[in-house]
Amino acid sequence: MIASLPPGLILILGGLALVLVPARLRAAYMLALTFAGLAQIWILPAGAHGNVQLFGYTLTLIRVDKLSLAFGTIFHIAAAINVIYGWREKDTVQHVSALVYAGAGIAAVFVGDLVSLFVFWELTAIASVFLIWASRTERAFWSGMRYLVIQIGSGVILLAGVILHYRATGSIAFDKLGLVSLPTALIFVAFGIKCAFPLLHNWLQDAYPEATVFGTVVLSAFTTKLAVYALARGFPGTEILIWIGAIMTAFPVFFAVIENDLRRVLAYSLNNQLGFMVVGIGVGTPLALNGTVAHAFCHILYKSLLFMSMGAVLMRAGTVKASELGGLWKSMPWTAGFCIIGAASISAFPLFSGFVSKSLIMSATAENGYMWAWLVLLFASAGVLEHSGIKIPYFAFFAHDSGIRCKEAPANMLIAMGIAAAFCIGLGVYPKPLYDLLPYVAPYVPYTVSHVVTQLQLLVFAILAFALLVRHRIYPAEQRSTVLNTDWIYRRALPGLLAGMADVIRRLRFRALARAQVRLTRFIDTVYRHHGPQGVLARTWPVGSTVLWVAVLLCVTLLFYYFE
Amino acid sequence: MRENPEKPAWIERKSSIDLIYRGLWVACGALAFADFLYRKHGTFRFEEMPAFYGIFGFVCFLGIVLAGKYLRKIVGRKEDYYDR
Repeated sequence: MIASLPPGLILILGGLALVLVPARLRAAYMLALTFAGLAQIWILPAGAHGNVQLFGYTLTLIRVDKLSLAFGTIFHIAAAINVIYGWREKDTVQHVSALVYAGAGIAAVFVGDLVSLFVFWELTAIASVFLIWASRTERAFWSGMRYLVIQIGSGVILLAGVILHYRATGSIAFDKLGLVSLPTALIFVAFGIKCAFPLLHNWLQDAYPEATVFGTVVLSAFTTKLAVYALARGFPGTEILIWIGAIMTAFPVFFAVIENDLRRVLAYSLNNQLGFMVVGIGVGTPLALNGTVAHAFCHILYKSLLFMSMGAVLMRAGTVKASELGGLWKSMPWTAGFCIIGAASISAFPLFSGFVSKSLIMSATAENGYMWAWLVLLFASAGVLEHSGIKIPYFAFFAHDSGIRCKEAPANMLIAMGIAAAFCIGLGVYPKPLYDLLPYVAPYVPYTVSHVVTQLQLLVFAILAFALLVRHRIYPAEQRSTVLNTDWIYRRALPGLLAGMADVIRRLRFRALARAQVRLTRFIDTVYRHHGPQGVLARTWPVGSTVLWVAVLLCVTLLFYYFE
Repeated sequence: MRENPEKPAWIERKSSIDLIYRGLWVACGALAFADFLYRKHGTFRFEEMPAFYGIFGFVCFLGIVLAGKYLRKIVGRKEDYYDR
């Protein structure tokens, strides 16, 4: 019975049934759901099955191969860690939302056709927005609205692409599509929006930091990695992705330097990490695609670890603004330690998880001769170290002592962070289980002398640069500020433009109305002059003179008659 | 964690910060020197240059932070920019 159930459905249905479970059993129940889901995907036999006939289409709800298994596995692990992190969260809405959202992401990874993909694509959007709204502030409400519009928009573009694709090819199968026609281009753009391509990215930095402590951790795992999966499935080897990805790795780096909200810094850094995965898809060789999958796997763990640590800081210290924090290691030593492990992993220090996954992408990019892209990735690696490796732990836990004294994060949060940190180190030290999970055959040895020394050089010299900048007080001080990004276009520029246009139209309308009124007044005056009480045509005539005129007219008529 | 106002923690002492700073210089020197001790298997010719990765990382880091300072002048706004 369990084998015929589409993956993800356990979490979706189980999540919806959460309200029926007694409150004190809920956390354990949710954890059990994630384990059941994980067990299920590994029991399922490989291949496509679970076909459903609907309106004459064949929907494939279960397709198990190594690509979907890798993403399905990490999504379940992330969901389980999330449950532990949110163990004491009382807000049922957030738990239901998190489970349905994770379930939808998992289901989308296992479907074999584009129509089912669309359904779960939209479900991830709808389910997840409640995690943003759960902050219950006006900012979060509007941010969630923008998020929803963009995510649903991505789905609508996907649907348009799927319909056109079906008309052109007669197929709704979700296999390698390639960027070959208008329909596939639409599908590509839909994936690109969810993957936060440059200029389509800003929903991420806008919405994620507005979610709750628990919500941001959940959000960081699924949406964008689902898009990475979809690109890896549909567009491997599409060369333009190399350049899109390279730009994605590089530009958020600059914004992350000056951003004050540390959860927003992490959102920029998320964007930058997605860039590495996108480059891997663009290169498209087995090694590169393996790199993308491995990096997505490790990334979900260390990114959620970093978001968890900043969530704990937000919860205990009441803020994650770098300008307000500092010296928190005294109050939260465990959180600080876990944060540093996450920071070392994302910076790809040897013996940490980022090292064993990013290396695959770097090597594949270089081996295929993409020198400029490779240099950009190397540049971005220094950038990651700057904002995620140093800035996050340094300004939150060290730097100048802010004087904030608070309690250490609660035990359940520390356990969740501890598990993620154990994965970060475990996979970094012993990457074999991760490599065995990868979809393609491409043997790779991450730990060579050359590799370790060059990577250490890059990182330690960059740390030296940081130390120099701080020592000579060149490093820009953290300031309370808002950093403009592309969301400025639809939050300020477009509304401004529309308001301006409305103003012009209003003025034109007033002028036209005024002119019409003048004309109307003149017309009425004329009519009044002729027909008004004093008008010629409205004068009253005495009866006598009228009789005289009638007599004159009769005479004239008579004369005419007589002479004719 | 217990606090003692008279005696700053190890990591807050000027002497330890200086030690870490000097340690970084030593580590960089050692890593740069290490390039002469093994055969690098890079893909591109310029990778063969001793300490290429170190210099690249150092320059990029400086560039990113300094560029960020200028970027702030362009896109930095008051915190309540969108709330007004």
